[in-house]
Amino acid sequence: MLRFLQKFKTHFEEKGKLHRFYPVYEMVEAILFVPPARTQKGAHVRDAMDMKRVMFLVVIAGVPAFLFGIFNTGYQHFLSAGLKATTGEIILKGLLIVLPIYMVTLAVGAVWEILFAVVRRHDVYEGFLVTSFLIPMILPPTIPLWQVAVATSFGIVIGKEVFGGVGMNIFNPALVTRAFLFFAYPKSISGDSVWTLFSQQIVDTYTTATPLAVVSEVHSGTSVSFLAEKGYSFWQMFLGLIPGSIGETSTLAILGGAAFLIITDIASWRIMLGVFLGGFAITTLFNILAPNPDHVLALPFHYQAVMGGFAFGAVFMATDPVSAADTNLGKYIYGFLIGVLALVIRNLNPAYPEGMMLAILLMNLFAPLIDYFVVSIHKKRRMKRAR
Amino acid sequence: MELINLAIKAIFVENILLAFFLGMCSYLAVSKKVSTAIGLGIAVVFVLAITTPVNWFVYTYVLKKGALIWISPAYAIVDLSFLNFIVFIAVIASMVQIVEMIVEKISQKLYYALGIFLPLITVNCAILGVALFMVERNYSLAESSVFGVASGIGWFLAIISMAAIREKLRYSHIPKGLKGLGITMLITGLVAMAFMSFSGINI
Repeated sequence: MLRFLQKFKTHFEEKGKLHRFYPVYEMVEAILFVPPARTQKGAHVRDAMDMKRVMFLVVIAGVPAFLFGIFNTGYQHFLSAGLKATTGEIILKGLLIVLPIYMVTLAVGAVWEILFAVVRRHDVYEGFLVTSFLIPMILPPTIPLWQVAVATSFGIVIGKEVFGGVGMNIFNPALVTRAFLFFAYPKSISGDSVWTLFSQQIVDTYTTATPLAVVSEVHSGTSVSFLAEKGYSFWQMFLGLIPGSIGETSTLAILGGAAFLIITDIASWRIMLGVFLGGFAITTLFNILAPNPDHVLALPFHYQAVMGGFAFGAVFMATDPVSAADTNLGKYIYGFLIGVLALVIRNLNPAYPEGMMLAILLMNLFAPLIDYFVVSIHKKRRMKRAR
Repeated sequence: MELINLAIKAIFVENILLAFFLGMCSYLAVSKKVSTAIGLGIAVVFVLAITTPVNWFVYTYVLKKGALIWISPAYAIVDLSFLNFIVFIAVIASMVQIVEMIVEKISQKLYYALGIFLPLITVNCAILGVALFMVERNYSLAESSVFGVASGIGWFLAIISMAAIREKLRYSHIPKGLKGLGITMLITGLVAMAFMSFSGINI
């Protein structure tokens, strides 16, 4: 195999006919083998933890949530149809729904990345693998594939490639994708009927609202008991057998991923802690301010945390090291404000029950500013010490 | 409560820059460094806080239809509102001049910190925009004062965040054709998209 590859190498090297496409060759070689090239100049760092490995570990951390998402998509489908199905059938159905979406994001991401690598003469970066992996998880299962393709193109090109590719972007490309879908095609990403793929016969009789939509309805009794009445208990939402975006529903699977990311020291626990603290603080304030116990504001924090994309965003989206704040103090502030903003948007704005993704996108924008102020505080402190 | 709502709306939901795209020229030109952006932002807040109430007085007691009634009831039919634009601009320009003189007299330090930005603000469309919105929406004195300050703060937030982003962008590998203003326009679009998440919030 290696020899087979080497045979083609001459075409891609300098003066070869296909030199323009060298990044493509380099990508194939790097996927199959350890690249033979050594660092030519500058510092030589021998570390198993290179960018490829980091990206790969993030994907591994997301696998439980992804697999659960496949299962849940199938499960919700049969539940809405009122049919009994075996586990095998459920998984098969889920695969049939989720895999095409993933294929589309992966293909679109790869096409753009390779195109930019060839035109701009840099290596193919693996960042698109993570982005393409995360995008299906934050989309509803019924999303039309062409919309996925358009939005992924927008997210990857405008969100990432125009800034120069991996590590240089300001916004998280997956979130740009989702925000684009949200504002361009609001019908396919919000409302009550998009979260489950229905089977044909009973479309008219059965709608599934996400718990977030349910709780913002007008109702009697406390919010908690109303949710339970509609079939959403805390443990069910924690496990994730509820309608919602493909990979977001199961807080349990997400927490597993979080533990993995923290142990391997990839994602920042400071940001996650900040998000949950911020969410807790604002929920406490809401609970005090809530006009009556049946209001959406009266919902306790452990419910808020398992509903919608809160946990998923905190673990996989907010912790993206490129678009988040870099300084340690900045990470707490960044996370805290995400938690606060997410619940403010979610609870005070009936039109946008999925506030988490928008809140993270908004804080992406303020992350450089937070860093700027933290660094200037440090500078001042050091100047004082030096004097 | 009404006033707080109005302020939040002016800062986030209907940000003068990101929702109405007013004051773009200085926003794009002066957002290269955070420190200068802060200077200009403070100057804008400052000028808006002063000119908006002044413009309100001018409009209510001189320009509005029947505003001259305080001189004599015979003037009740006089409608000078066709002079809105020119008078507002004149008021803004003269207020900026007066503010500049006062600041120079009182605090030399602030004067040098604001430097060239203070006179530049005269032609910042956000200032005129706020005056015109005030007329269009029939704000009272208290409302227009709050609206002025809050719009200024919104503009301030937008420009300093953009300046911090552009400082970070120095390390990015941006395509040649997009360097400078091109990428700034793209980011402004993305920022406006992020700010859309506030639309519809009511407290």
